[in-house]
Amino acid sequence: MVEPNRQGEVWVFAEQQDGILHDVSLELCGKARELADRLNVSVGAVLPGYNVAHLGKTLIAHGVDNVYIVDEPSLKNYTTSPYAQCVVSLIEKHHPQIVLYGATPLGRDLAPRIASTTRSGLTADCTDLDISNVTDGRTKIEHENLLLQIRPAFGGNIIATIVNYDSWPQMATVREGVMSMREPDQNRQGQIIHENVEGLSALAELVQVIERHVEERKINLKAARIIVAGGGGVGSRENFELIRELAGAIGGVVGASRAAVDSGFIGKEYQIGQTGTTVRPALYIAVGISGAVQHRAGMEDSAKIIAINTDPQAPIFGIAHYGIVGDLNKVVPMLTKALRNRRRE
Amino acid sequence: MGLNCIVCVKQVPDTANVTSDAMTPEGTVNRSALPTIFNPEDLHALETALEIRDRWGGSVTVVSMGPPKAADVLRACLFRGADRAILLTDRRAAASDTLATSYILAQAVKTIGNYDLVLCGRQAIDGDTAQTGPQIAEKLALPQVTYLEAIESVKDTNGEKSARIKRNVGNGWELVDVSLPALATVLDTANEPRPLAAKKVMRFKHAAIPAEVDEAKAEELREENLLIEQWTLDDINADLDRCGLAGSPTKVYRVESIVLTKEGFTPVEPTEEGISKLIQELVSERTL
Repeated sequence: MVEPNRQGEVWVFAEQQDGILHDVSLELCGKARELADRLNVSVGAVLPGYNVAHLGKTLIAHGVDNVYIVDEPSLKNYTTSPYAQCVVSLIEKHHPQIVLYGATPLGRDLAPRIASTTRSGLTADCTDLDISNVTDGRTKIEHENLLLQIRPAFGGNIIATIVNYDSWPQMATVREGVMSMREPDQNRQGQIIHENVEGLSALAELVQVIERHVEERKINLKAARIIVAGGGGVGSRENFELIRELAGAIGGVVGASRAAVDSGFIGKEYQIGQTGTTVRPALYIAVGISGAVQHRAGMEDSAKIIAINTDPQAPIFGIAHYGIVGDLNKVVPMLTKALRNRRRE
Repeated sequence: MGLNCIVCVKQVPDTANVTSDAMTPEGTVNRSALPTIFNPEDLHALETALEIRDRWGGSVTVVSMGPPKAADVLRACLFRGADRAILLTDRRAAASDTLATSYILAQAVKTIGNYDLVLCGRQAIDGDTAQTGPQIAEKLALPQVTYLEAIESVKDTNGEKSARIKRNVGNGWELVDVSLPALATVLDTANEPRPLAAKKVMRFKHAAIPAEVDEAKAEELREENLLIEQWTLDDINADLDRCGLAGSPTKVYRVESIVLTKEGFTPVEPTEEGISKLIQELVSERTL
């Protein structure tokens, strides 16, 4: 167990594959910056890999102060043990107070292994993070500036806030797409620190990658922060352009209900719901979607839902935070125009 | 050649069927109001172990940590063909987070001993953390292979065993060679769990842990080899500071129900004014 170090940095595990940083790591840099500013400490990024030093600049542009790079051939392919060893030994050397990982398949493989070694708390799949003083209900001790780790639990039926009083670093994996990526600032200054970690090649022997097949990720509804979804009410394939325009204006991605897919307005890969993709964006705009239970099951955990429908009795309004009862052919262009105007201001 | 597998299984509340009856007025979940089930991905871990035994021989031991009622999932394992079942049940283990749970299960695996492969479901549906498997692996100093889709082959080179495993990496898959002993977590796409074997059901339907029966009955079951082993933290030589609440660094600070207590929506007028107010509100609450 590593004792609390209140001057410790806020760290991000910089996930890369074949020299390309994962978006979630850059999203986390922005969040780490915000948390670190509130704690008045700096932001660190741990970057293990092979031939990855050029990524340091990108991390700095996204808000990192110190990039700790471990660059060696045994880290070319990700395998758990050598990567965990890198992060563990740097945690033991620099004592960060917070370490954040993307809740990707890789992050969810790596983070628990590290937490088990450092015997620190780890919260999976956070959708929000905050800093607050917390009083322990049992001992009545007040703990200053703890990381609040907020996540859905119990099949998404509840939202739990998890804290870790003293078995630091405070660690969390964070869902893709829920933190917004900052505009990179290429003039930001930071330090790139090359670190040496012993014994990595022996650890890399334990699991050897023989063959690997990965596809480029195409539309990634799961990672989208904002989704604009059209339903049967959109009426035609041509009219779906309204949905695309709104998605473009608001910086979101396009989704669809089963009714829209079955009517041939858009491809099946855009389908959201029980038989399609399950999503939890920060904002979900349901346009001309009545809200059958199968659709709701795939989107009702969205942080904010706006429903646009002519029928005030449509079930979608039952889970909406904002409801616009009106003709989508009028309302959607109005919304698109207002958003575009806002951007020009 | 033979591989000895230990499968960690969990009884979980059926979170896919949470109704408002299961929610307290404070928005927390009343676990006792929910039906319990065999954690779905753990069934696939069990199936993986049974398939390994079918193909290469060896044994399948299942272990679970939970209240006495969790003996149900162990019986379900025996009905499918597990060779040995152990329930670790101890009030001092209550309120364990994933770190404490993995410590306890790792101690149990060590106590069982003589294993080649430890298998777990990828994650349990009551927490969806996927942390316990990797944490058990770390505590046993085993290499880990998460998201197993298939065991392609196993090899024994002069007593050095290894397995070739296909694992899912989210946007594709990879084949890895791992030296044994190792730990793998299994996805629900890995296989189709076999149905209960009628003969096994007949044989094991009365199998029980000592806590479920009186002493005379326990003795009777023991003679018929139907007594499921029941262990406490003392049986696995556990350091109590690492179990239960004391061994759990994560604390639940607050819990709120979001889905089931939602009240109404804010109406927005379908006018330019209404929409501009909506956008302002989304900006001020930082959705946009």
